[in-house]
Amino acid sequence: MGEQLITSFIAAAGFGVLFNAPRNSLVQCGLVGMLGWVLYFGLAAEGTDTVPATLAGAFLVGGLSQVCAKYYKTPVIIFNVSGIIPLVPGGLAYDAMRNFVENDYNLAVQLAVKAALISGAIAIGLVFSEVINQIIRKAGRTRAIK
Amino acid sequence: MLQSGAETHRVEDTMQRMAGSFGIDTSQSYVTPTGIIFSIDGTEPTNFLRISERSTDLHKVAVVNNISRKISSGVLSITEAEEKLQQVEGNSPTYSLFFQAVAAALVSGCFAIMFKGSWPDFVPAMAAGAAGFIAMVRFHEWVEIRFFAEFLASLIIGLVSILFIQVGIGAEMDKIIIGAVMPLVPGLLITNAVRDLMAGHLVAGLSKGAEALLTAFAIGAGIAAGISFL
Repeated sequence: MGEQLITSFIAAAGFGVLFNAPRNSLVQCGLVGMLGWVLYFGLAAEGTDTVPATLAGAFLVGGLSQVCAKYYKTPVIIFNVSGIIPLVPGGLAYDAMRNFVENDYNLAVQLAVKAALISGAIAIGLVFSEVINQIIRKAGRTRAIK
Repeated sequence: MLQSGAETHRVEDTMQRMAGSFGIDTSQSYVTPTGIIFSIDGTEPTNFLRISERSTDLHKVAVVNNISRKISSGVLSITEAEEKLQQVEGNSPTYSLFFQAVAAALVSGCFAIMFKGSWPDFVPAMAAGAAGFIAMVRFHEWVEIRFFAEFLASLIIGLVSILFIQVGIGAEMDKIIIGAVMPLVPGLLITNAVRDLMAGHLVAGLSKGAEALLTAFAIGAGIAAGISFL
C-alpha cells in the first residue's frame, strides 16, 4: 500500500507537468490523484467490482477538485485531469488490443466492453460530483437571499 | 485559451464576462473545439476565429481565468488587460521539454508499479515512456497529423519494451508497455468531453469525444503493430 501511495502521487503530479499545470498547484494535483487512486485500490482490494470502485474513485477526485478549485481560485480541470488519469483503464484497453492482435476476439471484446464500462464510470463519477457541487452552491445562494 | 485545452463552456463564459464588465451586456458567443464566433450585438460585425491547433497548457488557462476575474471585479482596465493577454499568448511553456520528458518517465515508471507490476519493470518503463513522449513531440513537429505522431510514438514504445525484454531487463512486457503508454493517453480530452456534454454543449462534447477516441485508437494500433513483430 505504501508504494501505491507514493507512486500514485508522483504519477498524478507528473501528469500535471505534462499538461503544463501551474507550478504551485502540482502538489494538490498529486494529492487529489493519490486519494482517488487509494480509494479505488482499497475498494478493489476489498473485493468490490472494479466498475463501482472506479466510480467511487472518480467521485472523490471530482469532489476534491471542486474544493481545491474553490480554495485556490483556479479552474477545476487542472485538478480533475491529473486526478482522473490513474483511474483510466489503460491496462484493460491494452489487454483488449493485444487480444485483438492475437485473433482472440472473444476475450478482446469482453475486455474492451469492460474498459468502456470503466470509462463510463469515471464520467458518471465526475458528473455526480459536479451535480452535488451545483446543488450545494444553489442551496448556499437561496440561504443568502433569505 | 481554447487551444490550451479549456472546456468550451469556460471559454464562452469568460468571453461574455469580459464583455459584460466593459459595459456590453448583449454579447453572444458560440464556441466549438474548432472555432469561435463572437458578436457584440445582433447587428454589429461578428468576429470569427478558426482554431486549427489544439494542445494542452493548463497554465495558460489558469492565467487567463485569473485575468478575467480581475476584469470582472474592475481591477484591470481594457488596455491593461489586453497587454496582459498578449503576454500570456507569447509565453513559452512553463516546463522545458527535458523536464517534461523526465516527468513522463516518472509517470510511466510509477504506473508500471500501480498496475501491479514489479520493481524490475520500473526502469524499463521509465525509458520506454520517455522515448515515447519525446518521439511524440518530435514527430508532431514533422508531421501535421497528430494521430500519426501518436501512432509512431506508441509503435516506438512497443519496440523499446520488446527490446528490453529480449535483453533481459524487466520482468513483464505487458506492465512495461501499459506504464509507458500512459503519458500519451488522452485523459484531458475525455474529461473535457464529458464536462462539455453535461453543460449542454453537444457539438463540442461529441467532437472532443471523437478526438479522444481517435487518439486512443492510434495508440492501440501503434502498440498492436509493435507487438506483432514479436
